[in-house]
Amino acid sequence: MIRLKDVEMEYENGTKAIRGISLSIEDGEFVFLVGPSGSGKSTIIKLLIGEVEPCRGRIMINGFSVSNISEKQIPLMRRTLGVIFQDFRLIEKKTVYDNLSFVMRAVGASPKEIKKRIPYVLHLVGLEKKAGNYPTELSGGEQQRVAIARALVNNPNTIIADEPTGNLDPERSLELMSLLVKINQLGTTVVVVTHEKDLVDRFGKRVITIDSGHVVNDSVGGYVGGCIHG
Amino acid sequence: MAKHEFGYFAREGVSNMFSHGFMSFAAVGITVACLLIMGTFTLVAVNANELLRDLEQENEIVAYVDDSYTDAQSKALQKKLEAVPNVVSVTYISKEQATADFAAEYSDEELFQDLDPEIFEDRYALKIGNLNQISQTVQQVTAIEGISDVAAHEEIAGGFITVRNVATVVCVALIVILFVVSVFIISNTIKLTTFDRREEIAIMRMVGATNGFIRWPFVYEGFMMGLLGAVIAFFSQWGLYAAVTRGVSNNDTLQLIRVIPFQELWVPVAVVFAAAGILIGVGGSLSAIRKFLQV
Repeated sequence: MIRLKDVEMEYENGTKAIRGISLSIEDGEFVFLVGPSGSGKSTIIKLLIGEVEPCRGRIMINGFSVSNISEKQIPLMRRTLGVIFQDFRLIEKKTVYDNLSFVMRAVGASPKEIKKRIPYVLHLVGLEKKAGNYPTELSGGEQQRVAIARALVNNPNTIIADEPTGNLDPERSLELMSLLVKINQLGTTVVVVTHEKDLVDRFGKRVITIDSGHVVNDSVGGYVGGCIHG
Repeated sequence: MAKHEFGYFAREGVSNMFSHGFMSFAAVGITVACLLIMGTFTLVAVNANELLRDLEQENEIVAYVDDSYTDAQSKALQKKLEAVPNVVSVTYISKEQATADFAAEYSDEELFQDLDPEIFEDRYALKIGNLNQISQTVQQVTAIEGISDVAAHEEIAGGFITVRNVATVVCVALIVILFVVSVFIISNTIKLTTFDRREEIAIMRMVGATNGFIRWPFVYEGFMMGLLGAVIAFFSQWGLYAAVTRGVSNNDTLQLIRVIPFQELWVPVAVVFAAAGILIGVGGSLSAIRKFLQV
C-alpha cells in the first residue's frame, strides 16, 4: 500500500517539484502515473524508493514511513519494491542469470533459493532460454524483460516502472505492458510512470495525472494529459 | 555472515582486484615499498637498541683512588660510590689486583709480568644502569673526594645513543607518513573500482542491499591487497636483512657489531607487517567506499 499525504518536495536549487500531493494506492492495484515532462513524476518515483526525502508531508510505503525512516530501515523498505527503469540498467558484464542472482544475493538469499527462483522468474518473462546470454546479446524488449525479471526476483509487494517502454517500439511496448498486467494479476501492485497516451488508453486502468507538481486527475480509464479534471 | 556470503564476498574481492590489474599492482607495490622502508628503519632501531643494551651491560667506568689514600681510606669510598645514582654495582680493585690483572691481560709480554704494584692505583670498577646518563654519572663520581680520575667510553656510548635516537625518530616519522600515503593510494585504487561499479552499487542499493553487503567485497579487496603487500614485503625484508647481515659479518671494520639473526625477529616482523598491511588495505577500502554508501 502506498500513501502520500500533503507531500511537498523542493530541490536544493529551489525547484519546487511536488506541491502538496496526496494520493493512495491500494495493494494489488495497477496504476498509471502520467504527466508531461517536468511535471514531477520522476520526483514521485524518487520519493517512493527513498532516494530523496520530502520537505513536508508523509509517505507510507508497504508499512514503512518514508518521511522519517531510519537509515537501517531503508534497505528493508526497498526490498518491498521492484524498480524498472527506462534504460534497463542491466550490468553488461554479467549474464542474464547473474544479473538476477546478484540482486538475490544482495538481500541475503541462499544459493539454493537463487537456483529455484531464477528459472521461475525467467519463465514468467519468457526468457528461460536466455539465462546464459549477456545483455548486449539481447534486443531492447528482451533487456527490459530482464529488468522486469530482476524487479520481480525478490518477490516485492510493489513494482515501480519508470517509463519502461521509453526505449521500445510500439509492439514491444504493448508486449511489455501486457506482461506487467499479468504480474499485477498475480497479486503484485504495479505503478507505471509513462507519457504514452495510446498505451494507457488501451489498458483502461487507474490513471493519476500529475502536472506542475499537483495531482490534476485521478480516474479509471484513460490518459488526461495536462488537463484539469475534477 | 553466512558461509555462502563469505565465499561470494571473497570471489567478488578477488575479481575486483584483477579487474583493475595495474592499479592493484601499483597499490600492492606501494604497500610493499612502505612496509619495507618502515621495516628497515625499525630493524635498524631494534639492532641499535640491542647493541646499546649489550654496551650497557658490558660498559663499566673505572674510578681511580687518590695515591695519597691509605688502604682503609680507599675502601671507605665504596659506600660513597654506591650512593651515586645510576651506579648499579661497585667492585674494589686494589693496586695488587690491578697489577695481576694487567699481567694476565698481557701474559705474552714478558716486560709486563713483573711490574711494581706501586705504579698502579687502587680503583673501583662501576657498572652503570642507563647509558644515556653516563656523563652525569661520571661528573658525580669525579666530584667525590678521594677520586683522582675517571675513565669512561662516553663517545662510544654517545654514538650508539645518537644512532638509536635518530633511527627511532626517523622510524616513527616514516611510519606515520608512509602509512598515510599507503592508505591514500589503496583508497584511490578502490575508488576506481567503486567508480567502475557505481551502477552495480546503485542497483544493489535499489533492491535493498545493506551497506554491509555492498561494503564487504571492497573490504576483502583491500584486505587481500594489504595482505599480499605484507607477504611480499616480509620476504623482501628477509632477503635484504640477510644481505646486510652477510655484509656486516664479512666487513673487517663492522664485524664487531652483532646483528640480531632474522630467525629471532621473523615472528614480530611477520605479525607487524601483516597487521600494518591489513590495516592499510582495509582502512583504504573503507575510506574509498564511504561516499558510495550515503543513502
